[in-house]
Amino acid sequence: MINLLINDQKVSVKEGTTVLAAAKDLKINIPTLCNHDDLCVAGNCRVCVVEQKGARTLIASCATPVTEGMEIHTNTLKVRNARKHVVELLLSEHRADCTKCYKNQNCELQSLANEFAFGEHVFLDLVEDHNYTIDRSSPSFIKDDSKCIRCQRCVRTCSELQYISAISVANKGSHQKISSFHNRPMSHVVCTNCGQCVNRCPTGALVEKTYIDQVWDAIYDPDKHVVVQTAPAVRVALGEDLGYDPGERVTGKMVNALRQLGFNSVLDTDFSADLTIMEEGTELLVRLKKALVDGDKKISLPMFTSCSPGWIKFMEHKYPEFLPNLSTCKSPQQMFGALAKTYYAKKRNLDPSKIVSVSIMPCVAKKFEADRPEMRASGYKDVDYVLTTRELAVMIKQAGIDFRNLEDSNYDSIMGDSTGAAVIFGATGGVMEAALRTAYEIVTGREVPFGNLEITPVRGMEGVKEATIKIEGCVDAWKFLEGAELKVAIAHGLINANKIMKLTREGKAPYHFVEIMACPGGCIGGGGQPIPTNIKIREKRMKAIYAEDVHMVRRKSHENPDVIAIYNDFLEKPNSHKSHELLHTHYVERDNY
Amino acid sequence: MYQVGNLVKELSDKHGRVRESLMPILQDIVQKHNYLTDEAMVEVARELDISAAEVYGTASFYTFLDTQVKGKYVIRVCKTITCSMKGKSEIIQTLEDMLKIKPGETTGDGQFSLIETNCIGWCHKAPAILINELPYTELTPEKVSEIIKDYMQK
Repeated sequence: MINLLINDQKVSVKEGTTVLAAAKDLKINIPTLCNHDDLCVAGNCRVCVVEQKGARTLIASCATPVTEGMEIHTNTLKVRNARKHVVELLLSEHRADCTKCYKNQNCELQSLANEFAFGEHVFLDLVEDHNYTIDRSSPSFIKDDSKCIRCQRCVRTCSELQYISAISVANKGSHQKISSFHNRPMSHVVCTNCGQCVNRCPTGALVEKTYIDQVWDAIYDPDKHVVVQTAPAVRVALGEDLGYDPGERVTGKMVNALRQLGFNSVLDTDFSADLTIMEEGTELLVRLKKALVDGDKKISLPMFTSCSPGWIKFMEHKYPEFLPNLSTCKSPQQMFGALAKTYYAKKRNLDPSKIVSVSIMPCVAKKFEADRPEMRASGYKDVDYVLTTRELAVMIKQAGIDFRNLEDSNYDSIMGDSTGAAVIFGATGGVMEAALRTAYEIVTGREVPFGNLEITPVRGMEGVKEATIKIEGCVDAWKFLEGAELKVAIAHGLINANKIMKLTREGKAPYHFVEIMACPGGCIGGGGQPIPTNIKIREKRMKAIYAEDVHMVRRKSHENPDVIAIYNDFLEKPNSHKSHELLHTHYVERDNY
Repeated sequence: MYQVGNLVKELSDKHGRVRESLMPILQDIVQKHNYLTDEAMVEVARELDISAAEVYGTASFYTFLDTQVKGKYVIRVCKTITCSMKGKSEIIQTLEDMLKIKPGETTGDGQFSLIETNCIGWCHKAPAILINELPYTELTPEKVSEIIKDYMQK
């Protein structure tokens, strides 16, 4: 342990701890803009400077490890003046149109400026002289260089967490900017639209592209029937933007709020998550049969899940030769969309052209996914507008709803029923667990051999998880799997996905089925979730997801009554002709830059 | 525009396919072709298994690693204080008159590019210019005129 003094208080911390972290132990707050718990040290914003006794200059506390006997002061005149000037200099190059900014009141730079309560500007305003780019090309997010303070959190996120590096630091000095390859529009580079950079941007330089006004217009239009679906991970995070602590489940209140906002029907993406399990589980079993029994060499294994649009685009850019290994299943959002304007319209006797289909997602890549030309199986745009968890919170505030005092409410019927298996889609390992609960039962006629259906080896925050399930006591139709060991793997965060893909490319991936989610922690850590994010917050959301599962009446996808009904009334059986028409898709190769 | 062909592959073989080889590979391409095309940068990214944005980021940091089309002969005129005091303006004027281009432009035949540059370390023999990698110093309009005439005949 290393002993040091911070503001005359003694503290002992492990070797290698930064001064910033040691101060945090003493509950002394040092402001930072470039530092982030999920990312490596950058030390470039200089807001966290502190005074070290005996040192000639101020030191950056985020980038300085503690040493024995160190004496640190975080609140001297020298420190205050330096910080104030640093923030002033950042502001001199920042388009501070705060009242019009999407990040107003949720901006780290604004909070700091507020703390220092600036009056007159000391430095020249350089914003007018710069020819900043505002890139609106992506359907998922906006990159506004006039608000960028070049802290490079986004660059580190894209490289360290996602292995993409769609953006990097270009040019130098006053021309320095965060740039894609040769300043190409973000819609035309290797970006997966995962939005992890949006989650970590301390200003309004990276924000989701919002569709709130379009959704209000649809709600107010008396000719339109507006249906809304909510993704599993939204219900365990929405509360954070409405005054709750991380990890609170607000499912019932959320459903009530959506009804009060004026949606005609409040339905659940969990329904189509269950449907995904039926389709994808069947697809896996068919692939296994063709490969193992029929000896079909053309069958691509391992099969990869296809729920995460960021992961799909990652594959299209980086590993196009393995596109046949992706499940052909659309994501739950898009399955829901295709059914909303066909099955649901028919059941409710509605004109599909009058239906507006909205989804609430923990994701910004879903906005891109809904825009894909493949996603028009109903004859219309299957999902018209995608809102993030954050945007829903904004709408709830705009409508003046007293969220905390709302009664719990239940989803509407037809496509609103769900199971615990669907809820856990929101956490890494959840799709795998849900698939195993169903597939094992189809093959053996028995429940998965794990206590209380909790398949613990596939749970948790480890980057890559592996599990082997021995299949015994098969029913007649699946006898060929008797004694087989089903090998599965799970990865979350594209840096971990890349580890599995590298193995696959080298022919060293021994798996049959692999679940991959683009975001750290899965959808609970999605690019559309409340800001801030860190491992502690994500773990709390994950805990809430599994609590939600335990509290469900039904916990296996194939027992969802709405799913059983849709196969009886409309789709016939999993992977039927109709299923393929509406619920399955294909992928396209894209450039790797 | 030049075709990059096998050049990047050869340079990657020579310098090794590691991140540290990025600079020497880019420098060698520029030495041969005077600037980096998008195609060349994408190829380098592929060979080194790094992102193209990172290659562009590195290239755009260095003034001598150009990412815009440049002529066969890149003339860099020092614009910093000593050369300015010793008659850089007349040198630029002579070059503009002879080549019919302004700083930042390339001649229609793709032979010459004219750029102003920061200090190139020849203050004691100002004014100075670089043509590709060769310095020419203690220039007068007449001397520049002779030098350019030579290049025009190459």
